Amino acid sequence: MIDFQYTRAADIADAVRQIAGDPAAKFIAGGTNLIDLMKENVERPSRLIDISRLPLREIEETPAGGLRIGALVPNSDLAHHPLVAERYPLLASAILAGASAQLRNMASTGGNLLQRTRCYYFYDTATPCNKRAPGSGCAARYGLNRMHAILGSSDACIATHPSDMCVALAALEAKVHVAGPGGERVIAFADFHRLPGDTPERDTNLRVDEIITAVELPARSFAAHYSYLKIRDRLSYAFALVAVAAALEFDRDAIKEVRLALGGVAHKPWRDVSVEAAMRGAPASRASFARAAEAMLRDARGFAHNAFKIELARRAIVRALTQAAAGTPQSQSVKKIR
Amino acid sequence: MARKFRKRPSGPTIPAPAKIPVSLTVNGAAREIVVAPWVTLLDALREHLGLTGTKKGCDHGQCGACTVLLDGRRINSCMTFAVMQDGAKVTTVEGLARDGTLHPVQQAFIDHDAFQCGACTSGQICSAIGLIAEGRAKTVEEIRELMSGNICRCGAYPNIVAAIRQAMERERS
Amino acid sequence: MAYIGTPTSRVDGTAKVTGTAKYAGDAAAPGLAYGAVVTSTIPKGRIAKIDAGAALRVAGVLDVLSHENRPRMARRTAAYKDDVAPEQGSPFRPLYDDKILFSGQPIALVLAEEWEIARFAATLVRVEYDVAPFVTDLHVERERAFAVEQPHKPRGDADNAHAAAAVRHEAEYFIPIEHHNPIELYASTVLWQGDGKLTVYDKTQGVQNVGNYLCAVFNLKPVELRVLSPFMGGGFGSGLRPQYQVTLAVLAARALERPVRLVLTRQQMYALCYRPATIERLVLGAERGGTLDSVGHEAIAVTSQYEDFARNDTGWSGQLYKSRHAKYVHRLARVDLPTPSDMRAPGATTGVYGLECAMDELAVALKLDPVELRLRCYSDRDQHEDIPYTSKKLRECYRQGAAVFGWDRRNREPRSMRDGSELVGWGMASGVWEALQMDTAVRIVLGANGHAEISCAFSDIGTGTYTIVAQVAADLLGLPLEAVTVQLGDSTLPQAPVEGGSWTAASVSHAIAKTADEIRKELWRLAKAMPNSPLAASRLDDIALADGRIIDKKDGGRGVPMADAMRHGRRDRLACESTNTVKEDTSHARNTHSAIFAEVKVDEELGVIRVTRVVSAVAAGRILNTKTARSQIMGGVVGGIGMALHEETLVDHTLGRMMNANIAEYHVPVNADVHDIEVIFVDEPDDLVNPLGIKGVGEIGIVGVAAAVANAVYHATGKRVRDLPITVDKLLR
Repeated sequence: MIDFQYTRAADIADAVRQIAGDPAAKFIAGGTNLIDLMKENVERPSRLIDISRLPLREIEETPAGGLRIGALVPNSDLAHHPLVAERYPLLASAILAGASAQLRNMASTGGNLLQRTRCYYFYDTATPCNKRAPGSGCAARYGLNRMHAILGSSDACIATHPSDMCVALAALEAKVHVAGPGGERVIAFADFHRLPGDTPERDTNLRVDEIITAVELPARSFAAHYSYLKIRDRLSYAFALVAVAAALEFDRDAIKEVRLALGGVAHKPWRDVSVEAAMRGAPASRASFARAAEAMLRDARGFAHNAFKIELARRAIVRALTQAAAGTPQSQSVKKIR
Repeated sequence: MARKFRKRPSGPTIPAPAKIPVSLTVNGAAREIVVAPWVTLLDALREHLGLTGTKKGCDHGQCGACTVLLDGRRINSCMTFAVMQDGAKVTTVEGLARDGTLHPVQQAFIDHDAFQCGACTSGQICSAIGLIAEGRAKTVEEIRELMSGNICRCGAYPNIVAAIRQAMERERS
Repeated sequence: MAYIGTPTSRVDGTAKVTGTAKYAGDAAAPGLAYGAVVTSTIPKGRIAKIDAGAALRVAGVLDVLSHENRPRMARRTAAYKDDVAPEQGSPFRPLYDDKILFSGQPIALVLAEEWEIARFAATLVRVEYDVAPFVTDLHVERERAFAVEQPHKPRGDADNAHAAAAVRHEAEYFIPIEHHNPIELYASTVLWQGDGKLTVYDKTQGVQNVGNYLCAVFNLKPVELRVLSPFMGGGFGSGLRPQYQVTLAVLAARALERPVRLVLTRQQMYALCYRPATIERLVLGAERGGTLDSVGHEAIAVTSQYEDFARNDTGWSGQLYKSRHAKYVHRLARVDLPTPSDMRAPGATTGVYGLECAMDELAVALKLDPVELRLRCYSDRDQHEDIPYTSKKLRECYRQGAAVFGWDRRNREPRSMRDGSELVGWGMASGVWEALQMDTAVRIVLGANGHAEISCAFSDIGTGTYTIVAQVAADLLGLPLEAVTVQLGDSTLPQAPVEGGSWTAASVSHAIAKTADEIRKELWRLAKAMPNSPLAASRLDDIALADGRIIDKKDGGRGVPMADAMRHGRRDRLACESTNTVKEDTSHARNTHSAIFAEVKVDEELGVIRVTRVVSAVAAGRILNTKTARSQIMGGVVGGIGMALHEETLVDHTLGRMMNANIAEYHVPVNADVHDIEVIFVDEPDDLVNPLGIKGVGEIGIVGVAAAVANAVYHATGKRVRDLPITVDKLLR
């Protein structure tokens, strides 16, 4: 860990002012990812601007019937908030599938969006990594890539986004409220995270001088038919090999609305609206789920160790949709897969 | 061969970061420390306050050995800086027994032999107290899942679950 | 016996649950300096240049040590050979010269007033290397592997017997590199006494081994050095040899002439030592009736370029089952990694994994129940030497384990058992380990107040040594448990070997017995000398110590209180120290055994495996403490589940570097992975193995577990995954 200055932000405007004045500074809130990376010398901020005391801890209903979640709401508070647990159980379930109780008590909503990849090479400063050191190369591509991306990767980077919460937020079509020197703006969740392309060092479209203030959930909550299914190398406290957020609404037996997002497979939570569009009106059958799975993975590409994820993702999609359709979502404590 | 001391090279001194006063209430007592921003809460407890009961097992939020209660909630003390917790109440394993009587969770850990080497034990116990306070674990499966952030390499998990169940039952009765 | 054999709670339990137990990184000292290690980023070559300029300019940095400026260290190889060092080779010497032998090698030590300053300055040390070609992949190097001598000689003509066998099974099993990952980080705190004397708090399984090593490396006299390890936060074998942090911490304390704390990071611990990646090749030939004809076992394991580390992987295959023909070979492949080390039941954990999976496959080929096959191959005699065992209740392990598990309800057909959407698999395996005993000394100081202090240099690495020492001493001295205190983990205490190999319980117990016997004699003399002594006419053989009294067993328990005898003899304390030496006896084989039964439930579509039930039936002689011994076996089972399903150190062979050097991506079982584990201790009286009938339980708990789980996965799915760990991708293949 390198030397850094520590300051506190008095309010949101002050936070923005401080970070605009020091492009090498970073905000710190929960700290559960940033401090980890600072100890590895992967993150080397010149200054930490502590935003953890800003008044961004409220969960409020919006006039549109949704929820506005303050960026500093801890993951555990969010998952267990009555309005979230009842109306957005998909989000609650995804949060509870990630990390540990202790980390969820600290990790913030905004910070979860900014989690960085678990790629081994990204974490090890002795190795090449375009995300950490642009231009140094991607060691994962020809190295150990069992946990890496099967969708949307580039020659420069095959890392995956590690968050579970974000997979649910992608499926729910959340919006990200941010504030910057020029005022506030709202970013659709699909536009928040980036694919690696030639600039894998940039995980998101958040500008360096912007702060996340809130995440907004639309009214549509899929409380009746949802499931978050996470497949990993042990039964808890491990990052996803493949995770699926599935949500359905029915018009009698036909699918009226569907959301499908994948975690652990790409540089961002993976969603394909064309697949969802094709499912609308179809029956909730294994055949339609299998067609959707096939379509979601049509451009998937495996590397030496992760090709298995393509078939695993197909099967997990079918299972998660089946669970969602039946109203029997995956439990995050009973480990038998329904 | 006598040792050659490395000469401090010419050039400006690279300063260590300025220290900041931090007030904490630790195990019920007000404590003041002056630490650099890069000191984690864990290292502040161990190296600055002499409370070595809280253990460092990975320093990266991956093992749970450093679990303490921060304002009543269980957290990994290696994953936050002490300066960020100015004004907070911290409870460590040293602050659980009352007047020589072990906390029911501590006693249950002994009764069920819920540890071997002891390196994860402080974290397990603080985590278990946090878990019981949260009140969300009702079944064995829920205890297992919600205690999965505390790795026990000696493999005492079934005994840890039994100890927590005993403490929960005592609390209920 | 009031305490031996009972489920006594740990005597150090309160210290551990209140955080007062002091570990190596906990010792406090005024003026403590802190170290941070800089490690090599390449696996092989030379250090061309170390530029510590920027690091030294950081305020609070005291010095940067490297091979260029370190204090003097011994030049002879012999000085670095600790008690556990391989015979062949020359141990690694930290900061000794410019040679790089493995990635992650310590190459510089930054010393500072605060550890965060040291850590920061370590990031500023610039190192240039001359890189040499390297190899880290066992599969690449296996063709160049060389055979090492093993104690077990072949018998019969295994090749011809195999060729002629009616049913044959040949397969290779693979165990990747695994790391011990004790939760406590490797740490040493060295207290500088000012007079050149050092007190070293070290994380080690052997304080005297570390002490002797440091004396040799730094040319110190034994009186100048004291090594303490009163508590150790897990070792599993990783702390048998002195690890480099203690060498560096002492180096630093001598350089700075002040106390130093050095704690390694979790990442750095991956370059200390590991269970070697091993290929186990099993060749079994059997008759149709289910008896083994021939056993061939070849193991190929990695070792470093500088030491030959080999354990007994293959011998178990020739010992455990009756077969006329047997042959073994153990090969080592040199790679540019650190030297491997013992890790919980070294050799057996890997070798028996191969053997017990092969036996399962043979049972399938023979259409036999796997327990039945083992019973048909059962041997009451050690097959290597054709000698009897001091005791062997493995048959009883099979019987009791199967009964508790409900094995008779098993349908032999793979894929035949289901629980809703999950396939159910039941698998079993045998386990075997040695019952060893080592020369050990114990001191007993008995006070006239009825309090006894027992001391010995052994460490309690979490296994419960403090507790069993107290139990054995309390029983043999006739005192209540509370009247006994135990001191361990101090190099100045009476001699003990490293804590490992499952030999601690037997070794220390017999040393206590011998010393307690001297106390008994002394008390008897004192009692006889009392005026009107009720024991005046007694014979020593009839004298026992019980309930704080010296009694005559032949005379209805007539006797005198110990305190009275000591008072009359004007003795306020009796102190005895004696060494129990172990005579070699090759007339009998000495082993522990186990039978493990495992249930898995598998979601076949998604490849998710859950180990829902394990029954481990263990025959290990007399169990001193059924509570702590059960925990040891349970811990072994959890370790075995990890080995079967989770654990693997990933090496990037292009970079020659371990890439998941943490405990987020090196997966060990978490609480959610572990369900019901039942431990059965089969009654196994044994007065041949040693007078108290103790065999030890530290290793036996893990042996065979991975095979039982792997066999259960096969039974559930019909899929045989031979390379561990059995992960989702392998099940979907």
